[in-house]
Amino acid sequence: MVASTSTRQLWVEPWLAALPAPAGELGPVQQRGRAALARTPLPAARAEEWRFTDLSLLAQLPVASVAAAVERPLPAPQPGALRLHWNGREDPLQGVELPAGLQALTPTDLAQGLGHTLAATGCEQHWPVELNQACAERVLALRVASRQRVNLELISAAGEGLQPLRLLLLLEEKAELDLSQLVSAEAAGLHSLVVEVHLARSARLQHGLVAFGRSDAALLAHLAIEQEPESQVSLSQVVAGWGLARLEPRVVQVDGGAHTILRGLQVVDGQQIADTHSQLEFRGPEGQLDQLHKAVAAGQGRSVFNGAVRVPREAQRTNAAQLSRTLLLSDRARIDTKPELEIVADDVKCAHGATVSSLQTDELFYLQSRGIGADQAAGLLQRAFCEEVLRDLPAAARAWCPLERLLEARA
Amino acid sequence: MIRPDAPVLLEIRDLHARVEDKAILKGVNLTIRAGEIHAVMGRNGSGKSTLSKVLAGHPAYTVTGGSVTYRGDNLLELDPEQRARIGVFLGFQYPVEIPGVSNLEFLRVATNARRTEQGHEELDTFAFEDLVRERLKVVQMDPAFLDRSVNEGFSGGEKKRNEILQMALLEPLVAILDETDSGLDIDALRIVAGGVNQLANADNATLLITHYQRLLDAITPDYVHVMAAGRILRTGGKELALELEQRGYDWVDQELAALAAEVA
Repeated sequence: MVASTSTRQLWVEPWLAALPAPAGELGPVQQRGRAALARTPLPAARAEEWRFTDLSLLAQLPVASVAAAVERPLPAPQPGALRLHWNGREDPLQGVELPAGLQALTPTDLAQGLGHTLAATGCEQHWPVELNQACAERVLALRVASRQRVNLELISAAGEGLQPLRLLLLLEEKAELDLSQLVSAEAAGLHSLVVEVHLARSARLQHGLVAFGRSDAALLAHLAIEQEPESQVSLSQVVAGWGLARLEPRVVQVDGGAHTILRGLQVVDGQQIADTHSQLEFRGPEGQLDQLHKAVAAGQGRSVFNGAVRVPREAQRTNAAQLSRTLLLSDRARIDTKPELEIVADDVKCAHGATVSSLQTDELFYLQSRGIGADQAAGLLQRAFCEEVLRDLPAAARAWCPLERLLEARA
Repeated sequence: MIRPDAPVLLEIRDLHARVEDKAILKGVNLTIRAGEIHAVMGRNGSGKSTLSKVLAGHPAYTVTGGSVTYRGDNLLELDPEQRARIGVFLGFQYPVEIPGVSNLEFLRVATNARRTEQGHEELDTFAFEDLVRERLKVVQMDPAFLDRSVNEGFSGGEKKRNEILQMALLEPLVAILDETDSGLDIDALRIVAGGVNQLANADNATLLITHYQRLLDAITPDYVHVMAAGRILRTGGKELALELEQRGYDWVDQELAALAAEVA
């Protein structure tokens, strides 16, 4: 990786210098992250995995952090759901009575669990992860007890400056968690999110991340998941409106035999960049993956998708399908989409495909021929394109009306 | 039903059209009055489907000459949606599947666009559901289809029934049905034809585009037109369809050759 000196000088160094001394339960992690950042330059275009994604927006962001609140009113929490407001500074569990089956991790458990899944999914040294480690002061660390079902909503407003959020979740055997996560950018800033989830045998996670940005805000998110056999994960990310968004969902099926559903939808307009680099690794036989990644690119927006699927020799009888679909709404928008399949096992099914298209003339004409105006018809088709991903979000995330916000982000 | 004094709904005069660089329509003339059912028959490539698409305003087709007036107004200068709103309906040969757009919502938006044009109030979700449930009976369609995406995963027969359902909701004055019989088994054909018959009345008109006589056993046309090489070659009553069925289209080639010889 080659240094992008100017950006680093402009942003990372003064910002590192401004951080308080490492302290608290994450003190050692902060030390490690800061040391790493001091010697690792910002990722630059010469590194393959950052080839299309320009980080120069970061240099324009204010260093000092100012907290914010989500400005738009939200619907009431789903029945039976626990809603937490989470800004990375205060303890979101303060004064909250946790529902049956949900517990905060003990310091011992935390020390054992933190970083385990990052390492297992091979991203603990990624620059965005080191950045989060360098500055996160708290970690929200929870356990879902065996055979319990929990519905959790996490609401985060991204304020000015840098906001690091770190989440660690342990799902015991047959535990079930619906997790709806909202990130709403309310000011120019960088929202750094690192999530680790470990699912024991037969556990189930449905995670929906809905992230609404603005053109002067950036989102860097790593979602690292470890799955024991017979566990099920449905991971959906919907991002729109960020000047820069980089998402890295990384899943490892530690002994195969698990089921993973990945859904992504990213919307870019103006000069925005959205980049999803996903990776799924099967470390045992009979794992399943069903992945659909969608993008809507308008204006001079840039959408990047790189979908890595690793099927080593021991992962026989893997069944994986990956599809990337992009709706191109402007001839100045740019799409880079790439499957990256690494298959060593010989008895596997691995399908992949990618399409890039504009709105279909025949579909538009069909709607128009029924009296629906051209603009309204185009809107219906865009909504339909997005809906295929939105319908897989957990109920709470769906209720945040992501579709209306998406279309607004385009307006 | 033929009434010489009935108002003219659609008047096509010397219509020429092309797709890309290929001339397809080469002088079509056709007058359709209220209450009439017309059938246009002809081989593949004769220009039948092009005629239907040009009338509906498909962007891939360019009109290069002639005129089409609808109730006295120039139809060709209107956008496709405007044509639909004022009462021109095209039943598609291949109805388009639109995943993600709910059939119910699509039908409601379309119906309200037509109603607004007619000066009626828009229907809210509940009022529309009542209306659509009543109109479903026209094509004996299962209400479950309303909850699916537009035409997605519908069988050929279900797609055609969905077309006729749209027609029942939009109540067009001129319905152009492009090969509505294609891909239908006997039962589906009977249901679809029954729907068309129920909707035909003294104030509207139907233009059936078809290959086969069998549709015309179920829907009796007042006029049958034979189309070839982008023109209407001959017009007659329903007996012309029977003649075509018996003699095939070979005589059409002979007449075309004779015409070509005359021109030369």
